[in-house]
Amino acid sequence: MAAFFQQVVSGLASGSIYGALALSIVLIHRATGVINFAQGEMATFSTYIAWTLVTHHGFSYWPAFVVALVVSFLGGVGIHEAVIRPVERGPRIRVVIVTIGLLLVLNGLVTWIWSGEVRAVQSPFPARTIDVGGVAISWQDIGTIAVCLLSVLVLGAFFRCTKTGLAMRAAATNPAEARLVGVRVSRMLAVGWGLAAALGAVAGMLTAPSVFLSPNMMLTVLIYAFAAAVLGGIDSPVGAVVGGLLLGVGLNLLGTYVDFVGSDLGLPAALLVILVVLLVRPAGLFGKPRVRKV
Amino acid sequence: MAALLSVEEITLRFGGIVALDGVSFEVEAGHIAGLIGPNGAGKTTAFNVITRLYAPDQGRLEFDGRSLLETPAHRIAEHGIARTFQNVNLFTSMSVLENVLVGGHRLGRGTGEKEARAMLEYVGLGVRAGDLAASLPYGLQKRVEIARALAAKPRLLLLDEPAGGLNHEGVEELGDFILRLRDDHELTVLLVEHHMGLVMRISDHVNVLGSGRKIAGGTPADVRANPDVIEAYLGSEAGP
Repeated sequence: MAAFFQQVVSGLASGSIYGALALSIVLIHRATGVINFAQGEMATFSTYIAWTLVTHHGFSYWPAFVVALVVSFLGGVGIHEAVIRPVERGPRIRVVIVTIGLLLVLNGLVTWIWSGEVRAVQSPFPARTIDVGGVAISWQDIGTIAVCLLSVLVLGAFFRCTKTGLAMRAAATNPAEARLVGVRVSRMLAVGWGLAAALGAVAGMLTAPSVFLSPNMMLTVLIYAFAAAVLGGIDSPVGAVVGGLLLGVGLNLLGTYVDFVGSDLGLPAALLVILVVLLVRPAGLFGKPRVRKV
Repeated sequence: MAALLSVEEITLRFGGIVALDGVSFEVEAGHIAGLIGPNGAGKTTAFNVITRLYAPDQGRLEFDGRSLLETPAHRIAEHGIARTFQNVNLFTSMSVLENVLVGGHRLGRGTGEKEARAMLEYVGLGVRAGDLAASLPYGLQKRVEIARALAAKPRLLLLDEPAGGLNHEGVEELGDFILRLRDDHELTVLLVEHHMGLVMRISDHVNVLGSGRKIAGGTPADVRANPDVIEAYLGSEAGP
């Protein structure tokens, strides 16, 4: 039984990372109706920035973490202004294609700047475990869950309790009307990209210690995040987080207890989740089915 | 009295279709001005021009003596113009209170939750503040929209078919409500409405559009007696 709970907790840890990245995907999807395929590469880029600060500039972990968040936020805003905004009006497929291009560019840029070498990244959490009722839980897992959930809560409070948050939600729900009540919709979208980039950076920096830092480290995480977002409902922030946690735990248990799945079939399982959700309940667990008024 | 809003020779084309063809009218401060016409006459289009959602091809648009044509849509509220929509256009995934809060968000400090709640009380929706906007019946959503418009403290309120979907008593009440609104908030109102009884009862001045052109303008009594107006409406819907 202890082994089972251990798997659940480590599933929650990876799940909270999927959830955080899924939430950043949902943020942009809600605001613009497009999937940002570059979300994973943006996170990788942020993680390299934090890594550089720590290894080459003498930063300790948490200050580097915060600086990377700020840089990511500005980077997200910059990406929106530079390459998304020009194609924002018009068919959505244009924006989607731009994000795919962005994925390739960022991936190439990371390899060019930092080389494709795989590097070990130190975890900010102690390598020990803590005993909770006979179950050994690693600090790494606890820390990951805590940081992800804290980021999500801070973001939630921002959207609920601040004027900018309110204006951003208004811009996301009904841009034309938001404009008329004085919301600068384009500026809000830029802030949305910034926040999504910062949240993605959290996911990236927490992923790095367990998978090693490499230009492609977020590739699989991004697929899991897509699955999480679809499972929770692509328009539901709560759904993204819950979907991430469910997926993390589910995949972990599947890998442990179903022999033939092992650790290699996680990705196909995630794709199966996407497929089944889209067929059975396209709006996801928390999404509302779209009703079009005629 | 001086005109608060003046629309001069506005022409707007969509491709080959002329939606507005040299339309001119003025709205005097403190007036309730009706804008009527058969379906497709260009009434809502005129609203969209005034709120800068559409850019006219020709003509001038002035509010309080200043041209609006350089003003982007997101600054219209700042200038003191607010509107409601023909098909209610709320932020559906947000609460009733939040909708009203967004309406006043440009006003900065001081216009917080308290005023938004007061506005909801004013339109009789105080108890529904926490409900999801989408969960309200259509008629109440229309009132939320009015509260949201009022939250921006406008001087000119554009109402696009506020009586749509209301029954006879509802229309009567709405008429009284608009009159009260004008007096309580020192508003000028431009009203697009199909319900002739309502328009004729509360308007100080009525302009009539037909196929993108202005065909008449004057007091309700003048307009009612105008043969062009009668012709424009013949065979379409309720006569004037």
